[in-house]
Amino acid sequence: MSTRAKRPIPIKSSKISGAEIIYRSLEREGVKYIFGHPGAILLTLLDLFLKRSQIRHILTRHEQCAAHMAEGYARASGTVGVCLVTSGPGATNLITGITDAYMDSIPIVCLTGQVSTAMVGNDAFQEADIVGMTRTVTKHSYLVKKTDDLPRVLQEAFYIARTGRPGPVLVDLPKDVILGEAAFEVPEEPDIRGYKPTTRGHPRQIERVAAAIAEAKQPILYVGGGAIHAEAHAELLKLAETADIPVTFTLLGAGSFPSAHELSLGMLGMHGTAYANYAVCECDLLLAVGARFDDRVTGKVSEFATRAKVVHIDIDPTAIGKNKQADIPVVGDARLVLHELNKLVKAQKRPLWRKRVEKLKADFPLLFDSQSSPIKPQEAILTLSQEAGDRAIITTEVGQHQMWAAQYYNFTFPRQFISSGGLGTMGFGFPAAIGAALARPEKLAIDIAGDGSFQMVMQELATAMQYGVPVKVFLLNNYSLGMVRQWQDLFMDRRFSEVGLEVSPDYVELRPAIRKMIETPGPFILDVVVDPDELVFPMVPAGAATKDMIVRDDRKRALSGKLSALPDN
Amino acid sequence: MSPEEKNGGPSHTIAVLVENKFGVLAKVASLFSARGYNIDSLSVGVTQDPTVSRITLVTRGDERVLEQIRKQLSKLIDTIKVMDMVKEETVQREMMLVKVSAPRRERAEILQIVEVFRARIVDLSAETLTIEITGDDGKIAAFLELLAPFGVKEIARTGKAALSRGPRTLKSVKS
Ligand SMILES: Cc1cc2nc3c(=O)[nH]c(=O)nc-3n(C[C@H](O)[C@H](O)[C@H](O)COP(=O)(O)OP(=O)(O)OC[C@H]3O[C@@H](n4cnc5c(N)ncnc54)[C@H](O)[C@@H]3O)c2cc1C
Ligand SMILES: Cc1ncc(C[n+]2csc(CCOP(=O)(O)OP(=O)(O)O)c2C)c(N)n1
Ligand SMILES: [Mg+2]
Repeated sequence: MSTRAKRPIPIKSSKISGAEIIYRSLEREGVKYIFGHPGAILLTLLDLFLKRSQIRHILTRHEQCAAHMAEGYARASGTVGVCLVTSGPGATNLITGITDAYMDSIPIVCLTGQVSTAMVGNDAFQEADIVGMTRTVTKHSYLVKKTDDLPRVLQEAFYIARTGRPGPVLVDLPKDVILGEAAFEVPEEPDIRGYKPTTRGHPRQIERVAAAIAEAKQPILYVGGGAIHAEAHAELLKLAETADIPVTFTLLGAGSFPSAHELSLGMLGMHGTAYANYAVCECDLLLAVGARFDDRVTGKVSEFATRAKVVHIDIDPTAIGKNKQADIPVVGDARLVLHELNKLVKAQKRPLWRKRVEKLKADFPLLFDSQSSPIKPQEAILTLSQEAGDRAIITTEVGQHQMWAAQYYNFTFPRQFISSGGLGTMGFGFPAAIGAALARPEKLAIDIAGDGSFQMVMQELATAMQYGVPVKVFLLNNYSLGMVRQWQDLFMDRRFSEVGLEVSPDYVELRPAIRKMIETPGPFILDVVVDPDELVFPMVPAGAATKDMIVRDDRKRALSGKLSALPDN
Repeated sequence: MSPEEKNGGPSHTIAVLVENKFGVLAKVASLFSARGYNIDSLSVGVTQDPTVSRITLVTRGDERVLEQIRKQLSKLIDTIKVMDMVKEETVQREMMLVKVSAPRRERAEILQIVEVFRARIVDLSAETLTIEITGDDGKIAAFLELLAPFGVKEIARTGKAALSRGPRTLKSVKS
């Protein structure tokens, strides 16, 4: 972070309205799209969208989707996504989206209308204490009390959202603050005395990491979403290749390292590849880069990577030591830290370890029974991957299809894969794909969707049509809430309760249909009817150790013995 | 971390310098409740710099929990500085008001205890005495124990305040 002195730049010294300050602040931050849904409190601000064209307002059909679109935009572009909603129900409808962004560290700024400052606290019409309700799911929040504070607050909001560990920032805008007038003056960079994120890793710690790499016989890089926020892919590739270190990534780290690279082990964790999980069990050095040892990754954490010395590189000190003790903690930005580390790491070959990893790959490959009818979901994703390849940005909903997407799509570049990990929000993928399509118009935004999830946000088809956003919905339709059904299959003796979503299908052939979807301009839904009995494997039962994962579809084993007890969650 | 891990363990005093702004205390309190940490006592007041408030809180937990609490507190944007107030290196005081039954025949005895503890009588009625006492945990606990047989009717405690011993101070700059 820059330590430049505060130098006020008066952009215009005479007073302007709060609405005008908001518009100009957004312009100053380089905002191109704002996702929103209006209300009377926002009238004067909305009026500016008629008069000016620098910022395009996208009218979403539900505020939750405005937040997810902003998230998709942020994830695809690497910049801050913005949404704007009215007070009361508009604001409360945002909460799921804000929480999603908080869990996955996505930089968004949420502007919410609020009743006039004089009315706040009176249970006024459409008043909701949104700052109070979102206190624990925002990186920071503001209730602006004077128009004079607006320029500074908005500048800080964007700054806080995008720096350090990114996250959602909420700015609550009372009506009189929007209507009031003030001078638009802001410093070049905000100076917040309580907020100075550490970006450069401590040189001594980095030296220790380099020494640990030189000593290790069986190292693994465990890469997460932080590597993508940090744009650390080039440094990561260099480190892995120079020091000959196999790489596994989290759901949110997918795309940080090419899936098809010979050093790639694919995703680890509950539905990660068996070889990634086994390699982590065997490794003697675990290099965590921007990953937070989530329970979906570690399984029973006391049995996770027990033989390994743990290096943890993360920009957020609270992430370090929270779930797993680190032997060498490095607080800093992943790209800057890896850049320094690469200067110290010597070229090395590890033929024995590589051979061992290759053997694990050969012994425990990702498997499914290929068949043409009903279509296997894995087959559908493989075919999509072959056809759309690196033209596509993939978003997903939440469920089995999400796991298959992570397992079978061949990711080649960072920000190619956008999924809801921490909160696991069904209905995330479609609006996120709309946001991603606007952020990266040269790419093809495809939502790999489940039927259950898609039905939660289908109304946004109207938004896609209205603005001609060319999003594709690749619907893996199993007529059920497949992921929940899978747990009933494995742990409830196949008593399927409240997971059926019956409607009637139209059958077409897969590959030509995918081609048609890709070639057709504009929004497109491809309804791929897939086998509802297909389960996601491998699977680490919740709370179990990763070494005890169920590697393949062996339901008899799954139903007998220790797995018949319903795991915690 | 299990709830036992979070809530057990020895007690610690932490001093936090925060922006003296609306809503900051709520952020600190929400952090503790959302993450399942305990607050045994909490006191807040403005510092010599009117833009800065000082929160002194007492919490429990093992070293790992405490480390998370410290880091999580530092992570709040409105937090300027967090410091562990280790018993031996700090002066820690709390003020308590206690209303005790004091019929005439027992008054002398109570007054004697008050004197030994250097406490003060701040109010009296026919049946009660209200006493003000300042001290560390140990002194306050001992005082209460001695008053218990007379019948403690009501107490109000301020929560702890703590400063480092010697010239050291908590500067309002994030390290
Ligand atoms: C149904 C379902 C199943 C799932 N199964 C799996 C699974 O099998 N495997 C799996 O991996 N996940 C799975 N997940 C996702 C899982 O819940 C977590 O969301 C995910 O593992 C977290 O990824 P991460 O560790 O990369 O952390 P993120 O949430 O991406 O966090 C990023 C970390 O990087 C840090 N960071 C941010 N910016 C920087 C920077 N510039 N420099 C350095 N560090 C930075 C942050 O502080 C944070 O600690 C599943 C989710 C669902 C919904
Ligand atoms: C908003 C929300 N509600 C409930 C859940 C619990 N849940 C997780 S996966 C799932 C089923 C998803 O069904 P679908 O979108 O059809 O995907 P599939 O698993 O069938 O591929 C449910 C209900 C959730 N993650 N999010
Ligand atoms: Mg489904």
